[in-house]
Amino acid sequence: MATKEQTPAHELRPTTQELRIPERFIPTPTIEPGHSFSTITDHISTIVLRRKTPFGWLIGFLLALGGVTVLTTTISVLIGKGVGIWGINHPAGWGMDIINFVWWIGIGHAGTLISAILLLLRQEWRTSINRFAEAMTLFAVASAGLYPALHTGRPWFDYWMFPYPNTMGLWPQFRSPLMWDVFAVSTYATVSLMFWYVGLIPDLATLRDRATKLWVKRAYGMFALGWRGSAKHWSRYEYAYLLLAGLSTPLVLSVHTIVSFDFAVAQLPGWHATFFPPYFVAGAVFAGFAMVLTLAIPARKFFKLEDFITTRHLENMGKVMLATGLIVAYAYGMEWFYGLYSGNVFEIFMLKNRALGPYSKMYVALWVCNGLAPQLMWFKRFRTSPFWLFVTAMFVNVGMWLERFVIIPASLHRDFLPSSWGMYHGTKWDWSMFVGSIGLFFALLFLFVRFLPMISIFEMRTLLPEAHAHAEGEEH
Amino acid sequence: MGVGKIREGLYGVIAEFHDPQMLLDAAHATHEAGYRDIDAFSPFPIHGLAEAIGFHKSRLSSIVLGMGALGGIGGFFMCWYANVIGYPLNIGGKPLNSWPAWIPITFECTILLAAFGAVFGMLALNGLPMPYHPVFNVRRFDSASRDKFFLVIHARDPKFDLDEARRFLSTLGPREVTDVPW
Repeated sequence: MATKEQTPAHELRPTTQELRIPERFIPTPTIEPGHSFSTITDHISTIVLRRKTPFGWLIGFLLALGGVTVLTTTISVLIGKGVGIWGINHPAGWGMDIINFVWWIGIGHAGTLISAILLLLRQEWRTSINRFAEAMTLFAVASAGLYPALHTGRPWFDYWMFPYPNTMGLWPQFRSPLMWDVFAVSTYATVSLMFWYVGLIPDLATLRDRATKLWVKRAYGMFALGWRGSAKHWSRYEYAYLLLAGLSTPLVLSVHTIVSFDFAVAQLPGWHATFFPPYFVAGAVFAGFAMVLTLAIPARKFFKLEDFITTRHLENMGKVMLATGLIVAYAYGMEWFYGLYSGNVFEIFMLKNRALGPYSKMYVALWVCNGLAPQLMWFKRFRTSPFWLFVTAMFVNVGMWLERFVIIPASLHRDFLPSSWGMYHGTKWDWSMFVGSIGLFFALLFLFVRFLPMISIFEMRTLLPEAHAHAEGEEH
Repeated sequence: MGVGKIREGLYGVIAEFHDPQMLLDAAHATHEAGYRDIDAFSPFPIHGLAEAIGFHKSRLSSIVLGMGALGGIGGFFMCWYANVIGYPLNIGGKPLNSWPAWIPITFECTILLAAFGAVFGMLALNGLPMPYHPVFNVRRFDSASRDKFFLVIHARDPKFDLDEARRFLSTLGPREVTDVPW
């Protein structure tokens, strides 16, 4: 039987123009025309395999390493002196440690969301950004993990959180959301790492085969596990990948749900709300997409990847940011409704204190960053402009940090008893830890873009029209 | 398959193709010609290729299901044992077996073990890691991870005859047909 004719998307365009379909309804392609299997392979793998390290990369990496130095210094002082160097004290026992933890873990949601949920929804445009977003997830989770591990005060006893028979006769309290958190975050980190690595295997084989130096070949070859692209292997591989996507989808939703339980299960006004799980998950997706945009816009420019990360990708991410931003703004509104409708004097006080109390500036800034700024994304002009997308994403990055500030210390600092009220301010060590974790995140990211393909090469190949083969008798 | 074993003689005969359609057609033709011990190589997954070479169902789904069940039961047991048997705490006379509080961890353990099953199960069934394989002896096999497509007939196939296999593969329109030494 004759093979079904496959027309590339870009060749379809003249026809649609003849039909006088307005230009704005014709989707921009997910990959620019004129590419073949070899050009995609060469373009992406050359970024990794070229001998000369770009000067800009070196500068960026050194700056990030400076941040890592700040981090290691802070951690050394922290372990030496204890968590007293932070601004936490009664009444705010949680401060920037938990703000930053939740901020990072939220950012870490976009990767798995793009990889898993968009894969299951067959959103082809995910292909050129998923690898990058997954790496971002891993590094964000690594930065996040530092905080709960260190804020225990005696991090050398952190292993007590894991259940094992011990001479003290103690077991962890599994009814506590903090224990749920341990399992949720460590499971998420492990599964994200496996998802990312499994996706990398065929590309590592490509790098192994394309490298010219023996030691480079060996290094990539070791991690490629001897992948040879056998049809049987691909079959099991695709199946495993699909199953992983199916498993990661509820996982990614569960992680921020459980993080929100850290607050929602407590009785504090401003924390004790049943709508926290969906509100946190939407916020995480919002923050994650903002961070993907923050990183992808400069990266595509610097590495000349405009053919693969097209305006369509940026526009779609802008749309996701708008949608999740609206959910988040709705949640901010619902907090008022729940508080007022409850008639509870402490709930109502918490809301008044939030809007008019000592942290009111942050609350207003939160609304500007997360409520107002994403509204730009209603307009195609802003959605398709990398500059405006970047500006909006930066607003969201700041806004999501403020959101956690408003939830955590701003709720803690004035609880039920006025005699126990106080104020919370981050100390220089709080800020150096935050700057340091950003440094760690970027240092890992710089290493990633230098040594691993930041776009999935084999999945990009499948986007080409000539990749579609049809078996004989398939149409029977 | 002689895993990692270097033997005397021939592993098979391999043909190189230009595009996925040719490989898929060739795989069908080879299977129809009666060859059963064949394999195809491509730089990306091709829909229907595994079926074309006679590969059908994978045991992976049952491995993942089994591991998931183990994770779920194990996770629940872990919480139950620790808080009911190992270190019971009487808090206001509330029941010790407070199972709803253990659901989050049960869920996470289910996902974790099922994911382990998917990844390590896939690698194990694929026989990976396998640093040495005879097909890597083929000079142009480097491009199997770039833009070329390969089909191999294994020498251990009952119908295998070197000259006949070479002749048959060259009728399928390949760029080149080569022997694969062990």
